[in-house]
Amino acid sequence: MLKHDSNEKGGRALSLATIAGHEVHVDDEGFMTEYDEWSEDLGKTLASNIGIEMTDDHWNAIRFLREDYKSEGVTATLRRVTNTGGIPTKQLFQLFPKKPAKKMAYIAGLPKPVGCV
Amino acid sequence: MKKLLVLGAGTAGTMIVNKLRPRLGDEWSITIVDQEPEHHYQPGYLFVPFGTYQPSQIVKPKKKFIPKGVDLVMGSLTRLDADQNVVELADGTVLEYDYLVIATGATPRPEETEGMKGDQWQENVFDFYTLEGSSALADKLRDWSGGRLVVHISELPIKCPVAPLEFAFLADSYFRDRGNREAVEITYVTPLDAAFTKPVAAKRLGTMLEDRGITLEPDFYIESVDNETREIVSYDERRIPFDLLVTVPVNMGADFLVGTGLANDLNYVSVDHETCLSKKKDNIFAVGDAADLPTSKAGSVAHFAIEIFTENFLQHVEGQEMTHRFDGHANCFVESGGGKGMLIDFNYETQPLPGKYPIPGLGPFKLLEETELNHLGKLMFKWVYWNALLPGRDLPLPALMSMAGKEDVEA
Ligand SMILES: Cc1cc2nc3c(=O)[nH]c(=O)nc-3n(C[C@H](O)[C@H](O)[C@H](O)COP(=O)(O)OP(=O)(O)OC[C@H]3O[C@@H](n4cnc5c(N)ncnc54)[C@H](O)[C@@H]3O)c2cc1C
Repeated sequence: MLKHDSNEKGGRALSLATIAGHEVHVDDEGFMTEYDEWSEDLGKTLASNIGIEMTDDHWNAIRFLREDYKSEGVTATLRRVTNTGGIPTKQLFQLFPKKPAKKMAYIAGLPKPVGCV
Repeated sequence: MKKLLVLGAGTAGTMIVNKLRPRLGDEWSITIVDQEPEHHYQPGYLFVPFGTYQPSQIVKPKKKFIPKGVDLVMGSLTRLDADQNVVELADGTVLEYDYLVIATGATPRPEETEGMKGDQWQENVFDFYTLEGSSALADKLRDWSGGRLVVHISELPIKCPVAPLEFAFLADSYFRDRGNREAVEITYVTPLDAAFTKPVAAKRLGTMLEDRGITLEPDFYIESVDNETREIVSYDERRIPFDLLVTVPVNMGADFLVGTGLANDLNYVSVDHETCLSKKKDNIFAVGDAADLPTSKAGSVAHFAIEIFTENFLQHVEGQEMTHRFDGHANCFVESGGGKGMLIDFNYETQPLPGKYPIPGLGPFKLLEETELNHLGKLMFKWVYWNALLPGRDLPLPALMSMAGKEDVEA
C-alpha cells in the first residue's frame, strides 16, 4: 500500500498512502502531511484505523483542531483544546483514550503535536 | 536616539545586551529590565538537592554582568502594549521602545495543577526548578530514610527537558552512595510515550533507567495530587502512590504577556523559528525560554540562537533582509550519576545521534555515551557560563548544528 515516492523532510520519510480510496501524503508514522488532502470521510477511516468510532463529541474536537490549525499553523495542544476549544481534558481522554493529543492529530490529518524537546 | 528595550536580565537578556552594546552606535540607548537583583545559574539547581552545590555557589548579582552603556531598571513588568510600543512596571513606571526583545524566560507553576501546592507541598511534594525548591529538597533528602520516590513531569514543554531524567539518575547514585538504594523504589512518570522525545535518545535513556532499576510510567498526564492518599492522579484515572514526589510543575512564560496577542496558551511568544522575530509585530523579538521555538528550552539553545539573532537584528534595524537562519541547535550535557555524564547535540530536523563533539572523530566529548569527561564538561559549564557565556564572549563552538562526527543510526 505504501509507495515511497519522495524525499526526506525533517528526518521523516514522506510517502503516499491510499486511505478510503484516496491517495494522500503521510509521514513515516502515518500522519497526513497535506492539510487540503483531508476530508471528514478520510477522518472517519483514520479513526477506525485506531479503533475509534466517531460521534458528535469526537467531531466537535476534530473540527476545532482543523479550524485552529488553519488560523495558527500549529496543531493545538491538549491545553489549547481545553482552554480555547472548551472541551474538558478529562473528556478528551475518554474520547481518545491514552494518547488524545496524538490520536486527535492523526484523525484530523494534522502534524503530530511537537513533542517538546 | 533609538531605543532598544530588553525585558529580562537572565541568561538570554544578559547575553544580548553584551553582544549588542559594542555593535550598536551611540545613537542607540539600551535598557534592560528585571525584577530580581540576583542571577541564578539554573543548571546548578539540579545539584543542590544532593549537596553537590550550596545555594551560594550558584548565585551572583545581576548588575555585575550588565555592561557600561546599558541601563538596568529594577521592577516587575505588569503590562505590554505592543501597539503603543510601551511597557509598564508594577510601580507605575512606563518605558517606551523602538525595538523590544522579550527574554523573560519561563517559570514553574505548581498552582496550575490541583492539589500540587496542598498541605504536602514541601513536606513530601517538592520541585527543584527554583532555588527555594531545590534547597528545601536538599534538607528533605538528607534525613529521608527511603520509600517510594516518584520523579514526575507535569506537562511539556519544560526548561531543560533532560533535567528530570538527570534527577532520577543522580538520585539512584545518591542512595547507592549512602548504602540504602534497596530502601528506595524509584519511578519516573512522564506525559511522553517514552523516556524522551526523540527515538534514538529515548531508547538509550530508557535503557539507562532500566539498568538502574527505575520504573518508567509513560503517557501519564496529571490531573491532580491527592494529598490524603499521597497519590498523583491522571486524567484517565491512573493513580501512582508516592512517599516523596519530586515533580516538575507546568512551566509557563511571564504573565504580562497574557492578552497582548503575542503569546500562546502557555504565554510563550509566537516567533518565526529561524529569526525569533514576533509573528505579530515587526519590532519585537523573543529569545530564550520566552519564545515558542520547537526545540529545548536551554541556555545552550539561547546561546546559539543569540549568535544568529545578533547579526539578524543589526540587519533588521537597518531595513535590510535578515539573512541568518537559526536551526534549533541544542547541546546538552546529561548527568547520569556515578561521576559520569552524556552529551546530546541536535536541532529542529536532526535527532540526537551518537558520535563525537565538537571535533569529528576526536571529541573530546562523546555523544549519547556515558563518560567521565562528559561529566567534567557539565561541571566546567558553570565556569564557562559566568565567565564566557553571559559576558557575550565568542565560544569556539559553531552556532548551527553539524552532522560531521555523528553516526546515522536506526532507533
Ligand atoms: C533545573 C534546571 C536545570 C537546567 N539545566 C540546564 C543545562 O544543563 N544546560 C542548559 O543549557 N540549560 C539548562 N537549564 C535551562 C536554562 O537555565 C534556561 O534555559 C535559561 O536560563 C533560559 O534563559 P532565559 O534568559 O530565556 O530565561 P531566564 O534566565 O530564566 O531569565 C528570565 C529573566 O526574566 C526575569 N523576569 C521574568 N518575568 C519578569 C517580570 N514580569 N518582570 C521583570 N522581570 C521578569 C526573571 O527575573 C529572569 O531574570 C536548566 C534549567 C533548570 C530549571
